[in-house]
Amino acid sequence: MKRASDKLVERLLLAIALTTILCLLVIAVFIFKEGLPFIFKIGLGDFLFSSDWRPDSGHYGIFPMIISSLWVTLGGLLVGAPLGIAGAIFLSEFGPPAMMRFVKPAIELLAGIPSVVFGFIGVMVLAPFIRAVAGGPGLSVLAASIVLGVMILPTIMSISIDALASVPQSYREGALALGATKWQAVRMVVLKAGSSGLLAGTILGMGRAIGETMAVIMVAGNAVKMPASSLDSARTLTANIALEMGYATGMHRQALFATGIVLFIVIMILNGMAGSILKKKAHLR
Amino acid sequence: MSLDHQRSPDELRSSHNPKVEVRDLKVSFGGDLALRGVSLDIAAKRILGVIGPAGSAKTTFLRALDRMNELKSGCRTEGKVLIDGEDIYAPSSDPVLLRRRVGMVFAMPMPLPLSIYENVVYGPRLSGLCDKAALDELVEESLSSAFLWEEVKDRLGTSGLKLSGGQQQRLCLARTLAMKPELILLDEPSSGLDPISTSKIEEALTILKERYTIVLVTNNTKQAARVADETAFFLMGELIELNATGKIFTNPADKRTEDYVTGRFG
Amino acid sequence: MSAHATSQRIAVGALAAATLLSLAIVAFILFFVLEKGLPQLSWEFLFSGPKDMGKAGGIFPAIIGTLVLSLLAIGISLPLGVLTAVYLSEYTKEGRLTKAIRFGTDCLAGIPSIIFGLFGYVFFVTTLRMGWSLISGALTLAMMVLPTLIRTSEEAIRSVPQPWREVSLSLGATRWETVRKVVLPNALPGIVTGVMLSFGRSIGETAAVIYTAGSSFRMPRSAFDSVRTLAVHFYLLAREGISTEKAYGTAAVLVLAVLSVNLLTYALMNRFIRRRAR
Repeated sequence: MKRASDKLVERLLLAIALTTILCLLVIAVFIFKEGLPFIFKIGLGDFLFSSDWRPDSGHYGIFPMIISSLWVTLGGLLVGAPLGIAGAIFLSEFGPPAMMRFVKPAIELLAGIPSVVFGFIGVMVLAPFIRAVAGGPGLSVLAASIVLGVMILPTIMSISIDALASVPQSYREGALALGATKWQAVRMVVLKAGSSGLLAGTILGMGRAIGETMAVIMVAGNAVKMPASSLDSARTLTANIALEMGYATGMHRQALFATGIVLFIVIMILNGMAGSILKKKAHLR
Repeated sequence: MSLDHQRSPDELRSSHNPKVEVRDLKVSFGGDLALRGVSLDIAAKRILGVIGPAGSAKTTFLRALDRMNELKSGCRTEGKVLIDGEDIYAPSSDPVLLRRRVGMVFAMPMPLPLSIYENVVYGPRLSGLCDKAALDELVEESLSSAFLWEEVKDRLGTSGLKLSGGQQQRLCLARTLAMKPELILLDEPSSGLDPISTSKIEEALTILKERYTIVLVTNNTKQAARVADETAFFLMGELIELNATGKIFTNPADKRTEDYVTGRFG
Repeated sequence: MSAHATSQRIAVGALAAATLLSLAIVAFILFFVLEKGLPQLSWEFLFSGPKDMGKAGGIFPAIIGTLVLSLLAIGISLPLGVLTAVYLSEYTKEGRLTKAIRFGTDCLAGIPSIIFGLFGYVFFVTTLRMGWSLISGALTLAMMVLPTLIRTSEEAIRSVPQPWREVSLSLGATRWETVRKVVLPNALPGIVTGVMLSFGRSIGETAAVIYTAGSSFRMPRSAFDSVRTLAVHFYLLAREGISTEKAYGTAAVLVLAVLSVNLLTYALMNRFIRRRAR
């Protein structure tokens, strides 16, 4: 009797556990359902590589948005990765242990602040500053890069701290015993050993940056053109979707879903790469 | 060859009905055979000591009597274990009910993160006992049988984790006794305990065997010599010799047994 | 001073400067928002509704909307998340099935919020005809926080010492009884931490919420009413240039909410670690 009810519980739990897969499938199905027919109609090449985005007259080239997304993301990485990794190295290897206990949560606070607040500060503080110092409209690729960089900083730092912590203490001791300074030990041994984890953190940060919408809408300018410099206004893939979704119909709407598909796939690939790097590390340990 | 070292099946059956009959028990984990075809009988209301060097599969044998091996993935059990004539490995047999009839005390004292009282009544509550008076009585009875009552009777509400190692182990014994099992299995219960706690546990066992059938796995041959009525010597997953404790220690039949109990290896 | 010592000094100095810079950024953000926003926090602001498109009045419906939406989302996904974690750690061993489930969870965690917004719009709002409503928003948010809840619950469950399970089973408990009586009660602090983490995240969610819960000013009266969350309200105030002061005020409330959730989470985690260390 007891056995039967235990088996029933097990089956129920299995059904519940499959909901994540179910959710993922449903999301994929609906997004692809709306977007794929469009891609077939227009042609993937035209969609991805044409610079002509004029939905009113039936032109759906998202190339400028792709470039903007990439540019803004790379810019964000240039800001966020050095800060995040440097912070991780300092806290893990050189700072007193007490510092880690207080500084890490403080910086992780950054991860909790809503993206719209970041965007707002970007608009009120950063953009005028850029306009005053470097010219241009202020609301630009540069502004978006800086804001995104700050937003992904905690993610990169957190994963980097974990990566450095997983480097065996014996590596450090071995280097020091050979007469290296602490910095030399870190530079030549620890960083090399933890490099895959640091890379994974950076890739994950990249995934977050590409997917960020609200902050970018507020500070990047959203002009539908190919940005020529960092000071130019730009519109990312995410911004494109969010801005036009409200009033898009028919083919236009499908085009936005197709953009969603592109985003979806890119982020899946990035997360997959980061995930497999982290898993390989776990195996080797 | 009328050596005493193995009683013939006829002798076993004629002396008394064994509580437990093990027939060609084999246990493997992920393809590696740990227990290689063990057959023996365990008489009721006696203490069977199980000795042998590390890696002899003594614990595997013990856990097989409680169907605890199958909690590890990749475990395969073949052969029969009959308790009161019923094969506990039959497909229709329920391991959950089995574990209520067979109690186990583990090597590391492992109280649950509950109060002393709650630790003892955990099992009985699962079986449906909820009357407070009956539970209270059960707690006193079980803790007394484990020689722990006097020390904790005024603080039954404190966490079991706050007791000393020896007390914790006696609490685990009391917890097992509260289930009123027919068979009690102890896996090196005093490893890591000081001599006084050890002797308290041994004292408890000597009294308990009047009501329960007990199997005691121990690394400490002297403990087996002190406490067990019969002793079985295991080596590398096989039963080498089973006999009255006195015989095992003074006049073992097998050379390997002799080498082990005299300390030539271990 | 030797060359090595000098280069070490420079390197560590640079690293420290970077860390300091990061801290300074955090401090700046907090200071900036709170300095301009705290003065806006009055009884009227917090407890009355918006007037004149938000130019005047307060943010009470948005506060209620945020709370209800987040709590509803967590209410939906918490049982699913915990039970999934229970299944993964107690009922199966690592194999194809668990790998598939984990893959699903990881993928779900990586999907950007705008895509959740798209999905929620197409599926809940349109296809299932729930309209822009609390329920559409909550279901969408629930999918977004589910991976976090699964991950933190699994960590919490795995941190319960294995011997306790063995003891429970050896006393004749079924696996489910063991889960109920030994595993879950002791995993509770970790699970609660995960809940707080998810709650904090969901407060700031905007892109997904705007396209599913809408942006109505009114207090929600039923699950099918549209609702405006603090983040959405803030976004609209800022972007449409309606009122900078009110925007700062809303931002201050948002930041304070996130701060308090984070603080509570850390306090809880510390107590949890200290208790387990006993």
